[in-house]
Amino acid sequence: MFWRVSIGIAAAQLSHRRRQTIVSTLGVALGVGFFVATSALMSGSEKDMVQRLVDNAPHITVKDEFRTAAPQPVFAAYPAGAVSLSNTKPREYLRGVKNHGAKVEEVSRQTGVIAASALTGTAIVRYAAKDVSAAIAGIDPEKERFLTTIEEDMRQGSLMRLRTASQGIVIGEGMAARLGLGMDDLATVVSPEGIVRRMKIVGLFRTGNLILDEGQVYMLLKDAQVLLDKPFVANRIRIKIADPDMAEEMAADLESRWGYRTESWQEVNRDFLGLFVVRNVITYSIVGAIMAVAAFGIFNIISTVVIEKRRDIAILMSMGFRGSDIQWVFLVQGVFVGMIGMVMGWMLGLVLLQMLGTVEMTVPGLMDKQKLPLEKGLFQFGVGGLFALVSAVAAAWIPARKASQVRPVDIIRGAT
Amino acid sequence: MSEAIVELRSVTRVLQEVVPVTLVRDIDLTIHRGEFVSVTGPSGSGKSSLLYLLGLLDLPTSGHVLIDGEDTAGFSPDHLADIRLAKLGFVFQFHFLLPEFTVLHNVTLPMLRLGRLGEKEIRERGMSLLADFEIADQAKKRPEQLSGGQRQRVAVARALANDPPLILADEPTGNLDMRNSEIVQGIFARLAAEQGRTVIAVTHDKDFADSAPRNIHLVDGRIESDVKR
Repeated sequence: MFWRVSIGIAAAQLSHRRRQTIVSTLGVALGVGFFVATSALMSGSEKDMVQRLVDNAPHITVKDEFRTAAPQPVFAAYPAGAVSLSNTKPREYLRGVKNHGAKVEEVSRQTGVIAASALTGTAIVRYAAKDVSAAIAGIDPEKERFLTTIEEDMRQGSLMRLRTASQGIVIGEGMAARLGLGMDDLATVVSPEGIVRRMKIVGLFRTGNLILDEGQVYMLLKDAQVLLDKPFVANRIRIKIADPDMAEEMAADLESRWGYRTESWQEVNRDFLGLFVVRNVITYSIVGAIMAVAAFGIFNIISTVVIEKRRDIAILMSMGFRGSDIQWVFLVQGVFVGMIGMVMGWMLGLVLLQMLGTVEMTVPGLMDKQKLPLEKGLFQFGVGGLFALVSAVAAAWIPARKASQVRPVDIIRGAT
Repeated sequence: MSEAIVELRSVTRVLQEVVPVTLVRDIDLTIHRGEFVSVTGPSGSGKSSLLYLLGLLDLPTSGHVLIDGEDTAGFSPDHLADIRLAKLGFVFQFHFLLPEFTVLHNVTLPMLRLGRLGEKEIRERGMSLLADFEIADQAKKRPEQLSGGQRQRVAVARALANDPPLILADEPTGNLDMRNSEIVQGIFARLAAEQGRTVIAVTHDKDFADSAPRNIHLVDGRIESDVKR
C-alpha cells in the first residue's frame, strides 16, 4: 500500500512543476527517438551491406595459391642450424587447384553446401575498333545462381543460355554500352595466350557495381579453359554454405587440409566489418551524449523539487517516514520522467522511421535509387528504453539520496 | 501515578557549530501516561529542543531518552522513524500539511505508511478524525483553501492518525487568532483528559500554559521549575 503513497506523492510533486517536467521528459524522448531511428538505420544498412557481401559472392573461395612460400628444404633439414639463404625463389608449380573435381565433390557432400570449380583470368573483348579489358570467369551456370546473385541481375538472356549456345558469353550492360554491343552480337575475345575467339552475347546483366558491369565476362568453364589455354584446370573452388557465419571456420579447416589459400567472405571484407564497429561506436556515443543531457535535465528538476520540498520531507520524516521511503519518492519521480520519456521517445522513433522509410537515395557504388535500409526491430526500442530508464534512475539517485539524508529537526527548527 | 511514557536521563544536547551551543543541559525528566504538560520559557531557553529530543527527532549529545521504558540510545534512524510512526504525533506551529494533497489524504498518510488498516478503514478513520474536529466537510479541499484554525485542526487530526499515546506540540497556537487558539487548546485538554493521551505542548501563551495540570519552565537549557497543580 505504501507504494501507492510514494507514487502519489511523486506524481503530485511532478505535476506541480509541470513545465520543467515536460521539458525533461522531452529531453529523454528525443534521446530515445533518435536512438531508435539512428540505430534502425545503422543496423539496417549494416545488415543490408552484409547481406550483399554474403549473397553477391561465394562464402568461401579456395585459390590456387599459398599463404606463405614453402620453406626451403635446407631449413627443414637443419632446423637448429645457422643457415642463411638469400635471393631464393619459391619453387615453381603448375597453377591450378589439383584434383578440383574431387575436392568439389567432397565438400558438396555436406548438407547445404554448394561448390563449383571456376577458372578466372583476363582477356580483351574487342568489337569493331574498340576494346575493353575484361576479367574472365569460367563457371558452371547451374551452380552459379546459388553461388552469386548474378542470375537476379540479368537484364536480358540468362546464364543458362551459355549451355545452349556454342561459345556464348554473358557480359555487363556497361561493357555492352562501351563496345556498342547488343544481345546476340558476336564479339571477339582475345586472351593473353594469343587465342582469339568469336563469342556470342547470350546475356546482359547489371549489378550496379561498375567494376562488374564494365569488366566481367562469364562463360562456360570449358570455354575459359580453351581460351586461357589451361585444359582441365580450375584455379578457384567457390563454395556457398548454409550458415554464412560458419564460413571462417570452414575456410580455416579447408586451408589446413588442402594447403591452398582459402578465403572466407569475412576475411575478404574485414575492412568493411571493422567499419561497422566504428559506426556502432559513433551511434552509441551520440545517443549516450543526448541521454547524458537528458539525465542532467532530470537531475536538475529532481534536485529543485528536493530543495523546494525540504519542509514536506521533514514533516514526512517527523511523522515516521523512513529515509528510504523519501528516497523512493524521488526515485519514482525519476522513473516517471524516464518512462514517460521512453514511451514518447518510442512514438517519436516510430514517426522518424516512417519518415526515413519514404526517403530514397543513391547509395555509393550502386546506380539504382534505393529506399533507406531500416531495421525495425524490437531491439532498438528495447535498448533505447533501457537507456532512458537507466539514465533517469541514475540522475534521480543523487538528489533522492540527498533527500533521504535530510535531518527533519534542522528544517523544523529553522521554520519555527 | 501510572507508568512513565517518556523519560529523559541526564540529557544534554550541544550543537556543534563554530562556537558550540548548548541547547539543553543535563535534564532529568519523567512524564507519565495521561499527563498534560506545558513547557514554557523565554526564547532560546531550549523548550523546542527539549520537545524534539522527547519526540526522537533529535538525538542527545549525551544522556538517554526512554520511550515506554525502552532506551532509544543506539537505535538506527529507521527504528526511530518506526517508533515515531506508531507512538508519537507531532503538531507544529506551522501546520506543515502537504499542499498537493487533499485534507483527507493528508490525515491518512501516516496510516497508509503504517499499513495496519485496510484502505477502506483508513478512509473511514480519517473521516471520523476530521469529524471529531468538525472539519469533515473540508475533507476534499486542499490545505490552502482552509483557514489557519482549520489547518491546525487537520494537523492535529493527522497527529492522531495512528492513535499514538504521546502527542507533542510545538507552539500549536502560535500562529492562530484568539478564537482558534482557544479551540485548539480545548482539543489538547480533551485529548489528555478524555482519551488518556499524554500531551506535551511547548507554548508562549500563558493561558494555554496555565490550562495544563503540569508546567515545566526552562531557562538557559535547564529546568527552572516543574510545577504540578
